[in-house]
Amino acid sequence: MSALLDIEDLRVTFGGTAAVRGISLTVEKGETHCLVGESGCGKSVTSLAVMGLLAKGGKRDAARLSFAGDDIRDYNEAQMSRLRGDRMAMIFQEPMTSLNPAYTVGSQMTEVLRRHRGTPRAQAVDRAVELLTRVGITAPGLRLGQFPHQLSGGLRQRVMIAMALMCDPELLIADEPTTALDVTVQAQILRLLAELQKDLGLGILLITHDLGIVARVADRVSVMYAGEVVESAPTAELFRAPRHPYTRGLLSCVPVPGKVKRDEPLGSIPGVVPRIPPGFTGCAFRDRCSFAEAACAGTLPRRNVGPAHEMLCVLPEGVPA
Amino acid sequence: MLHFLRRRLPVAIRVALTVLTLSFLLTRLSGDLAISIAGPNASQEDIELIRSAYGLDRPLWVQYFDWLWRALQGDFGDSYFFKTRVARLIMERMPITMTLGLCGLFIALCVALPLGILAAVRENTWVDRSVLMVALIGQAMPSFWLGLILMVVLGLNLGWLPISGTGSWEHYVMPSIVLSFSAIPSLMRLTRSGMIEALASDYIRTARAKGLSRLSILVKHGFRNAAIPVVAIAAVQLGFMLGGSIVIETVFALHGVGYLAWESISKNDFPVVQAVVLVLALIYIGLTLLSDLLNAVLDPRLRSA
Repeated sequence: MSALLDIEDLRVTFGGTAAVRGISLTVEKGETHCLVGESGCGKSVTSLAVMGLLAKGGKRDAARLSFAGDDIRDYNEAQMSRLRGDRMAMIFQEPMTSLNPAYTVGSQMTEVLRRHRGTPRAQAVDRAVELLTRVGITAPGLRLGQFPHQLSGGLRQRVMIAMALMCDPELLIADEPTTALDVTVQAQILRLLAELQKDLGLGILLITHDLGIVARVADRVSVMYAGEVVESAPTAELFRAPRHPYTRGLLSCVPVPGKVKRDEPLGSIPGVVPRIPPGFTGCAFRDRCSFAEAACAGTLPRRNVGPAHEMLCVLPEGVPA
Repeated sequence: MLHFLRRRLPVAIRVALTVLTLSFLLTRLSGDLAISIAGPNASQEDIELIRSAYGLDRPLWVQYFDWLWRALQGDFGDSYFFKTRVARLIMERMPITMTLGLCGLFIALCVALPLGILAAVRENTWVDRSVLMVALIGQAMPSFWLGLILMVVLGLNLGWLPISGTGSWEHYVMPSIVLSFSAIPSLMRLTRSGMIEALASDYIRTARAKGLSRLSILVKHGFRNAAIPVVAIAAVQLGFMLGGSIVIETVFALHGVGYLAWESISKNDFPVVQAVVLVLALIYIGLTLLSDLLNAVLDPRLRSA
């Protein structure tokens, strides 16, 4: 049985910038795979590349890109549009601008069902009401008749989430879906996603920079840096034994109650994610890494450092614990 | 919506009153009306007679308020040259100008919208550039010249269309095409830039992520938003076209309001001149108001504001 989403050696370039440089990852049915990393490391581009929604000028190339066993690398726009919104759905991180200002919430939600399933309007409206209720929106009937500008950012994002779920997708790609929401709503949304996963076997590729969310919902985590996955492991394993210097750095930036002492400064990683030109070799993190050595400029080995635990680094065992 | 009207209506009325006053004053500035009506061979007595008959011997402000009061009631007096009521004259000529203006706008929209969308979808390709080139040529071409060229080619050489008069619908084809040329470039460029902006927006990405059809993405989600300023400008353009039809009506001898304006100016028939200026200005003001309203109708964000 093949994975729901199987990506191997995915590359995306925009003109002279390599945004994604050979990513491989899989999302199984019913699994949540988290993609974490700083802003600008290629998480969103990866998700857009999978959906075939790259902005103009973006070029995608992959050794394998399969969805539910079908190779979708050479799918044309028409074939992709039959998958999108129906079997694979996406939630974007810009709730304020992602809804069309000219149409009501109801019209934009029902449109998906009507397009993919030919559902009659009345039934589509029922479905929209049901989902709005599930994402915690009160008075869903009223909301359906409203325009996006009449809704707050949090409400709009919940509408986006409900809209993505209209057709019961098999794969949900969620790009920072809860960043705009306050913590109580965030918890509610994450619970909803977990429920759907249990009920429908939904596979989720969750993009986030919030390690708290990762710890709570992820089955597997891939840490991205400058267009590459530098470390990938089951969630518990990654949090217990992070091996890559970058992962270690990320984790040290997060305060853990009871573990971090009051007056002790939190960790930080100096510098920013660099822009990578095509043909770059070696470790992109080496300029910011305290373990950097001469070998870091050469080709890096990808090695197993634990059960289903992979890492891209010259250190044989990673950072000592 | 009511709130919107309450704000815009007083402005429109003030503009209308200003135009009313200006159209009165401008005709008086062009010299002694009694002398020019009487003609070069008239005696002093004839001139005095005309002056008192038309009430031109009264103080200017009395004439003004008398004219204003009547104009507000729809009475623009009699034409000196046509010897008939000015209001009737305008009513007779208006349908021709309106037909011409609306046909011109219709043709302009039929050409400008698809070309604008096409240019936006094919942004920065040769398609886009040639469409912009056509727009530039259209804008640079004087309408009387284009009118004459069409007359020579379609009318005289090919004999497809009549070259002047108002006998049948065929008489309107060439003037409408010429008139539409003045509106096409701006409508097209506005459509293009609006579409480029819309297509780059997050909601279009959402529409694509929903797997909607290409048509739905372009037209329902893209053009619906790009169209808001286009519709508003189209209404204002219609005002320009009605006013600007004076050249085209003269070239094609279409006896509309524009032609009437030209006739009455050359005959010094000042009640007609005043009335035509006023009516065209009122239509223009009305269309501007309509354009604001259309904006509010099309953009839900303005509607509830």
